[in-house]
Amino acid sequence: MSVIIQHQSFSPYEVLQDHERTLFVTHAGKVGAANHFIGTMRDFNEGSDVTGLTLEYYPGMTEKVLQNLCERHMAKYGCLDIVVHHRVGEIQRDEAIVLVAVWSSHRAEAFAACQSMMEALKSEAPFWKKETLQSNETRWVAKNTSGVFG
Amino acid sequence: MTFSTTVIKYFASLREKVGRAEDVLDMSEPATVAELWQRLHDDALLPDTLRVAINHEFAMPDDMVQPGDEIAFFPPVTGG
Repeated sequence: MSVIIQHQSFSPYEVLQDHERTLFVTHAGKVGAANHFIGTMRDFNEGSDVTGLTLEYYPGMTEKVLQNLCERHMAKYGCLDIVVHHRVGEIQRDEAIVLVAVWSSHRAEAFAACQSMMEALKSEAPFWKKETLQSNETRWVAKNTSGVFG
Repeated sequence: MTFSTTVIKYFASLREKVGRAEDVLDMSEPATVAELWQRLHDDALLPDTLRVAINHEFAMPDDMVQPGDEIAFFPPVTGG
């Protein structure tokens, strides 16, 4: 299990590749499914052109909330491992903001745990986004919407 | 009477609205989260849109704050 909050940009695919090097040793023969979600900075939101994004967090609490979410999901879905990487600070267009990755023995657990982790992160983890618009005005994102269909 | 320093932090849009990142309060007795907010903000009621944490755990307006705790008030979270 790994929770990392970082200012530097990261490649989600390198994180996955690095993590799987040890995962397939620790859980040799048991991994049947992997599922991951990557959230990326786009250049539009709520009808406006967005040119910049800054992410604030609560050092100490944010790590704790994410760690608890991972533990809760590991136990509930019987996952083999969960990794969360989240950017903070200044983020450029097309850069990864968040990676949630789940490994399990069967696909049902991997799909369900990954989506549930992302929804829980979106509603519980103390992060706040501030957007810079094309007009150079800045605005705080008011709230996250649900990512669940239907 | 013994006093302990309680730190009250503000984040994101709330920090900008309040105009500072934190308050420091010398407390001798426990108080609820809502009482603490009123004491620090000219008797204003705690807005129900804000979320609260005591020592890095989510809390409710009626929860008790002990002298020396770390409190945080913040708007709805928008990460991910």
